[in-house]
Amino acid sequence: MSTAASTFQHDATAAAADRPRRDFIRFALSGYFAKRRVTQDAYGDWQAARQAAAEIKFEAVNHLDTYLEEFTRNAEARGTKVFWASNSAQARDYILNLCREKEIRSIVKSKTMTSEEIHLNDALEHAGYGVVESDLGELIVQLRKEAPYHFVFPCMHLKRDEISATFEEKLGSAPTDDPEELTMIARRHLRQEFCRADLGISGANFLIAETGTLSITENEGNARLTAALPRIHVALVGIEKVLPKLADLALLLPMLGTAGAAQLLTAYNSLYGGPRQPGEVDGPEEFHIVLLDNHRTRLLADPEQRDSLHCIRCGACLNVCPIFKNVGGHTYGTTYQGPIGSVITPHLRGLQDWKHLSNASSLCGACTETCPVKIDLHHHLLQNRRNAVAQKPVGWEKALYRGFVFLMNRPGLYRLSGKFSPLGLRLQAVVQGTVLDPLRAWTKTRDLPPAPPKTFKQLWAERRAGGPR
Amino acid sequence: MKVTLFVPCFVDQLFPHAAVSMVEVIERLGHTVDYPEEQTCCGQPPFNSGYWDQARAVAERTLRVFRDAEVVVAGSGSCGTMFKVFYPELFHHTPFEAEAKALAAKTYEFSEFLVKKLGVTDVGARFDGRVTFHDGCHALRELKLKEEPRQLLRAVRGLDLVEMKEAETCCGFGGTFAVKFPQISTAMDEVKCHSIVETGADVVVSNDSSCLMQITGYLNRHGQAVRGMHLAEILASR
Repeated sequence: MSTAASTFQHDATAAAADRPRRDFIRFALSGYFAKRRVTQDAYGDWQAARQAAAEIKFEAVNHLDTYLEEFTRNAEARGTKVFWASNSAQARDYILNLCREKEIRSIVKSKTMTSEEIHLNDALEHAGYGVVESDLGELIVQLRKEAPYHFVFPCMHLKRDEISATFEEKLGSAPTDDPEELTMIARRHLRQEFCRADLGISGANFLIAETGTLSITENEGNARLTAALPRIHVALVGIEKVLPKLADLALLLPMLGTAGAAQLLTAYNSLYGGPRQPGEVDGPEEFHIVLLDNHRTRLLADPEQRDSLHCIRCGACLNVCPIFKNVGGHTYGTTYQGPIGSVITPHLRGLQDWKHLSNASSLCGACTETCPVKIDLHHHLLQNRRNAVAQKPVGWEKALYRGFVFLMNRPGLYRLSGKFSPLGLRLQAVVQGTVLDPLRAWTKTRDLPPAPPKTFKQLWAERRAGGPR
Repeated sequence: MKVTLFVPCFVDQLFPHAAVSMVEVIERLGHTVDYPEEQTCCGQPPFNSGYWDQARAVAERTLRVFRDAEVVVAGSGSCGTMFKVFYPELFHHTPFEAEAKALAAKTYEFSEFLVKKLGVTDVGARFDGRVTFHDGCHALRELKLKEEPRQLLRAVRGLDLVEMKEAETCCGFGGTFAVKFPQISTAMDEVKCHSIVETGADVVVSNDSSCLMQITGYLNRHGQAVRGMHLAEILASR
């Protein structure tokens, strides 16, 4: 078993045993579900909206080269510098070089999962640059030196007293149980950072090819300050975020709000058209966009799973996922948690090392059902399992399934085994839960059903022979 | 109508009474039941584990077993999904593709067969008790069967149907998942069983015996009195 897989097993066991935390996560999400039913109903026909959104993303992803070039041309025409990064090292180096060239002293960042993906904070801090997360949830997990728990709700696992204790320890604030006061503590801290920063780093929710603009959705206003106050702005964006037309936002912005946070529309939806233009009074002097591939083109090359590039990172699949709700976000050990993370991480970081995430699913399909852009998530988990086996079968499993085929393709032998299965179950009952129990993984926490006296095959044969039923 | 019954291997071996009940209900409605005795397993375990070659080896024979059937009724939403959804995918671009699609088209899950194919919701059953229905994920999301089993249950005399919280949340079985990740599977089971017990129901009903095994396995371990019954067993009661 690889390291990532054994860590997952270990952390999943710890998380599953923490009933209060699991209950808290379910409680935290209950408001989302109640509100989402209402906002989703506002669409009249949510299924039609999903179909339309999926078609927009299908068009964008299936002509990604064309739209990225169109985006780049239009962005550059307004003075934005666009850098195409094949991998995380190139993206990090570009930003680090920029920091050196422009003699950057202080950096603020708004929420960007792509920066988590390329471990940008570590690289910047290692090079001596301080970075302050300006999204409240991101700031809290940054202060705690934790990874985001959920890629939309980074600190959803934390209770108020834990947040207060973190602020008390790291920011020297007085303890409080008042959510508004907690927010004000963060606000006072962040305002200083915004004023001081000479570089702002953000992600983007969408890139508009038609206009060369960048669309950022947020609830706190911190991204607007991040993009407006510092003299230089860098947006780090995955290549799959491109949309053909500005009008596409008319559907995708509300869908992102609804699926992501059960809002009709997120509080702030801003479009950024590049650096300060002649005659304008504000905005950054320089505007850079780093377009990140980092193996997204591997997904693009896979016609079966290409639709996972439709993802708008709303996080709805995490919210409905019973695996996520019971093991929590940190257990995944990935930038992108939940079903979408289990689907794409093997493509981004290696199938053999991350295939366990595709196995760690009951394939219930709640994710696929909720996805606003109709990614066939749970079937992709099945495909990842198939691809992992095709690449490198597991010895004992292959032997087991060969035996399975041998038995199942011999009805006579199968029938015979059925005659002994009640006996087998009775014998199993004696050793249930002990180390001698071959079904221990199952019976450690659950009872097997009592052995029926006869199989259906036996009952049917008796009926055919006119005997007792 | 001659109905060919597909009895999944674990129903055959562990829950034969569910299949016997299906035969009773279908015959009560005036149809004949055929059971090809050479049937074994649909191949879902290797399919779900990624061993598609091995799944095909079993599925090819299963295609032959049901080739001449007029209508196939599957005694499990999950194994019915194997026929209806995954066989066409498994045999995509193979010589068996047409046959797989033909089997998919003539296969019905038990409640789907009664309500959609026969147009029957009242099968003349009587069952005195408070009942809650658990949606098996395959029947619910792959076969889109939500109302069908409930329509059948509501027509049962004496039966009081109560909905549990999060009826659509997975019980955590998921085949080999329950063995490979028993801690996650058990946590999901715990949540599901809590919702069931909360309803005050005497019986939890599902159209999938595998979910019932997962659910009753946990309920029994924790000394809960709620029993598990397959939908067919309720419908066969009089």
